Amino acid sequence: MISSVLVANRGEIARRVFATCRARGLATVAVFSDADAHSPHVAEADRAVRLPGNAPADTYLRGDLIVAAAKAAGADAIHPGYGFLSESAKFATQVADAGLTWIGPPPASIETMGSKVESKKMMADAGVPVLSRLDPDQITEAELPVLVKASAGGGGRGMRVVRKLADLTEEIESAAREAGSAFGDSTVFCERYVETGRHIEVQVMSDQHGTTWALGERECSVQRRHQKVIEEAPSPLVERIGQHLRDEMLTAARSAASTIGYVGAGTVEFLADHDGSFFFLEMNTRLQVEHPVTENTTGLDLVGMQLDVANGLPLEGPEPTLHGYSIEVRLYAEDASADWQPQSGALHRIEIPEVRAEFAPLTERGIRLDSGVVSGSEVSTHYDPMLAKVIATAPTRTEAARILASALQRAHIHGLITNRDLLVGVLREPDFLSGHFDTGYFGGHEPAGLAGSAAGDPGIAALAAAVADAVRDHSRLHLPAGIPAGFRNVPAGPATRTYTVGENEHVVSYRWGRHGIELDDQPGVQVVAAEPSVVTLEVDGVEQRLTVTRYGTELVVVDTADGAVALRPVPRFVDPSQAVAAGSLVAPMPGSVTRIAVEEGQQVEAGAPLLWLEAMKMEHVVRAVEAGVVEQIAVSVGQQVEPGTVLAVVGAGEQEEDA
Amino acid sequence: MTRLPTMVDSSSAEFQAAAAAMTTKLEEIAGEQAKAVTGGGPKAIDRHHSRGKQTARERIELLLDRESPFLELCALAGWGSDFAVGGSIVAGIGVVNDVECLIIANDPTVRGGASNPWSMRKTQRLHAIVEQNRLPLITLVESGGADLPTQKDVFIPGGAMFRNMTRLSRAGVPTISIVFGNSTAGGAYLPGMSDHVVMIEEQSKVFLAGPPLVKAATGEESDDESLGGASMHARQSGLADYYALDEQDAIRIGRRIVARLGWKKQSQPDTANPLPPRYDPEELIGIVPEDLKSPFDPREVIARIVDDSDFDEFKPLYGSSLVTGWAQLHGFRIGILANARGVLFSAEAQKAAQFIQLANRSDTPLLFLHNTTGYMVGKEYEQGGIIKHGSMMINAVSNSTVPHISLLMGASYGAGHYGMCGRAYDPRFLFSWPSARSSVMGPQQLAEVVYTVSKASAQAQNKPFDEDGAQAVRLAIEQQIEAESMPLVLSGMVYDDGIIDPRDTRAVLGLALSAIHTAPVEGTDAFGVFRM
Repeated sequence: MISSVLVANRGEIARRVFATCRARGLATVAVFSDADAHSPHVAEADRAVRLPGNAPADTYLRGDLIVAAAKAAGADAIHPGYGFLSESAKFATQVADAGLTWIGPPPASIETMGSKVESKKMMADAGVPVLSRLDPDQITEAELPVLVKASAGGGGRGMRVVRKLADLTEEIESAAREAGSAFGDSTVFCERYVETGRHIEVQVMSDQHGTTWALGERECSVQRRHQKVIEEAPSPLVERIGQHLRDEMLTAARSAASTIGYVGAGTVEFLADHDGSFFFLEMNTRLQVEHPVTENTTGLDLVGMQLDVANGLPLEGPEPTLHGYSIEVRLYAEDASADWQPQSGALHRIEIPEVRAEFAPLTERGIRLDSGVVSGSEVSTHYDPMLAKVIATAPTRTEAARILASALQRAHIHGLITNRDLLVGVLREPDFLSGHFDTGYFGGHEPAGLAGSAAGDPGIAALAAAVADAVRDHSRLHLPAGIPAGFRNVPAGPATRTYTVGENEHVVSYRWGRHGIELDDQPGVQVVAAEPSVVTLEVDGVEQRLTVTRYGTELVVVDTADGAVALRPVPRFVDPSQAVAAGSLVAPMPGSVTRIAVEEGQQVEAGAPLLWLEAMKMEHVVRAVEAGVVEQIAVSVGQQVEPGTVLAVVGAGEQEEDA
Repeated sequence: MTRLPTMVDSSSAEFQAAAAAMTTKLEEIAGEQAKAVTGGGPKAIDRHHSRGKQTARERIELLLDRESPFLELCALAGWGSDFAVGGSIVAGIGVVNDVECLIIANDPTVRGGASNPWSMRKTQRLHAIVEQNRLPLITLVESGGADLPTQKDVFIPGGAMFRNMTRLSRAGVPTISIVFGNSTAGGAYLPGMSDHVVMIEEQSKVFLAGPPLVKAATGEESDDESLGGASMHARQSGLADYYALDEQDAIRIGRRIVARLGWKKQSQPDTANPLPPRYDPEELIGIVPEDLKSPFDPREVIARIVDDSDFDEFKPLYGSSLVTGWAQLHGFRIGILANARGVLFSAEAQKAAQFIQLANRSDTPLLFLHNTTGYMVGKEYEQGGIIKHGSMMINAVSNSTVPHISLLMGASYGAGHYGMCGRAYDPRFLFSWPSARSSVMGPQQLAEVVYTVSKASAQAQNKPFDEDGAQAVRLAIEQQIEAESMPLVLSGMVYDDGIIDPRDTRAVLGLALSAIHTAPVEGTDAFGVFRM
């Protein structure tokens, strides 16, 4: 029997597995890269083993190091989580060879299903409906658009939609390159691209004794760039079409699993059209990110079941069915309005209100949180930018969407741009609520518009920030207590404070009146109460309580009723000499250039010596202030220079690809 | 503690009438202050802005710590003269990097910031405040020098400005000049006499003579930058200590200079977190009756300006026309002398002399609340020694070394103005309420005296007396004196440091007291011979 589990993963899934292990009295072992050294998953584990470096290839993809870590820390089983090595048959074999229990399917199953080409053939033979594979060389105009997919892996990587025949070859090559670097297997294939497809999948669980349960379906059609954003159980499409569709899908999933002698948790993914016709896409031989919606609607602990199956226990009793609704959103640190750019840095605060369960099934109405981060976590660029999963359970889908939107809206998420506003926007959008959507959802529903509908009002946030900062600055003055703030015996112009929200500048004008602070040019707005961290504004007759949180001098976050707004205070003063210093390097004194160490176009690190000046019989080194590219060497050896002469310019360098 | 009671009923007819009268006066004064605030007017300000420059007030606002108070001084200097209200200078006490400083800014929108006779008077008054209270002086310079048409009134007395600067420096009071534009001819000595000088790239111009004058004097061809540009002064002459790239950079540097002065107040408030008055200071608007002939109880004022309305009265049963007692204001200990029924008798004068000596023993600053028609006249009082006793009071006031602040609430006539520490008695600060009046005696009495004297003279010489004509003259004189005793006139002459809204009294006095405590507060036991 398993007594100590190492999770070969990070973030929320590591925490999820540890939670079940702790509940069952099992010891826990974490592995971590350097960037993750202070992550919650490391702090929570009983023991932790460092994987030096940061790149996945150096850390979480190093099966050898992970097996050694398990040995060193006394783990007798390894749970792979999702991603990384979870679908590596080689790693599964390595684990078993080392005498450890692999909490996952047999390597052969992984291998079969890992090849999308192979698996489709087997599924077709077993009577599961499949989309036929297209020969790239035979594809005609009529078959467009086509989907290029990596045979290994998933998550949208190595995947391309091709709409022009002329682009096909290039896209296949690029997809192959991406697949090669992501999964170590550059095999790609083409199939018909179902534009209005709905992504529906079935959770299966098989024991070592030949029993396979199909634990209802999930729908994950709201995707961006082939990556799931919102997942739910049951599927609105299946609900609409009727029980017979569910029966067909569950049957297909059971036969998919049993055909290959599957053991453990797995997911059979289908692509369906709006009429309920569906095709087998692939089978994921691991626990899915979105497993909580199945847990919440079945009441099962899927990680617990994985442990049971790995321990050889049989699945007993009747196959569980779905009750109620559960919707999960993936909270990403990404900027939906800037091409989904991942964000990194300090996540100063993350607080989701009314959480009733963490890392455990929640079958009653409420919010479950599976988070990989906590307030104060650093989010690095090395890994997936998913911060947390927020999951709602409710008797109806409408209610689940409502409580999830509400929880997100009232969440305090400070420090990083996230997709929170977008998620709230989707959860309140009529097409989503009515269940009429497909994987092209964001094509028809502009993310910026959805996010904007749910975002806090930056104008109001700027007013609150200015008022709070003014009160705070007044309280910090070293004057006799009680002297009124901003007192002027001769009335003068208003004071101003400026903040930027994204690209936009907000200038707040205010003055201190006889009865407190008054806002200029804001006819409908009154300051009801003001403290350094809480401001109550009356806006058109309605009071709003706004909390103001500062992080250093460069970030102010105002929590409005609609959500947090991040503001950057524009400093009162700028030191122009600082601005000059960046990039251009000027001679500090008169002298002659004795030596030049770099060439134009050369990449330099901050502090790297660029050239030497001789003055007053002493040699002075001129160093790069910041890392960058030497854009210009403005002097030559032997040249006499005056103070202030530009010697060299170091810049960010032009983007080669864009040129 | 002794809490003052109140009889004020803000719903009473008297209160409402007094408040209405005060509101009217405040509106008139606000109108005059607004003129000072606009300086050279909207057009001049637009032109100034279009050159990328800030106005004097904008420069001050940027120099001050955010949300800090600014006690503007002598804002109405020059009122009633041919010159713009304000004396082409904006000045006051403000907080720069936690240090209370006195800031003087030339207003370049008013005739290029040129100094006229009122600028001079105001500057000299401000320099006196700097010297007495040891406040670091920051001058924001942009002035074309003397207003040439009035040079006879400016040139000779104006020399004192530079002498003051160096004497301040000798006394260890830091002087900082930030040069925003012209500072030429005599004005060039302003940075020259300052401890710290900031100049701005291609904006500051500091030279004794500009290119045309140099050409005329020596034939030399030159230009502004080589004669007095910031770059030249920073790199060659060494007159500029700091080279700023623009206005905000200059102000930023100015704030850094203050931060490095290590300037500390000599004392802090005696109570760190004082309680506000128990009665609403807003009610100060309705305390002074429109007709100054009706007396009012100054305790109602005291109750609305001192901490917790807590006032320990000294000798309340003796000389009751003058209220004396101890209190704290924004945590600073003060002794208060306040006229209760206008007239000062022998008892009041003696009580004041004793109280002032006591304040000097305990190093307590004094606040004089004026509403006096002067010392009592008449046979009985002359025989009782009113001159002797009035002299005791003036002796005490004159030689007292604790800081004094005067506030003219109502009348301040005759020798009573002197005894209550009028302008000539060098109070550290002197403010007026809009209801204040000050002259040698009440306008009516003065007109009456003139009338009586002329009638007596006519009768003595047996000349016919034109009663109607004399009555007309009497009325004219009364009106003239009434007009001359108005606070706007007095403020225009720089006989006070500003007219304040009665509701602002506590804040203004608090700021004044705080500034005062930058310098040591020390009493004396050395007075002139008290004539007993």
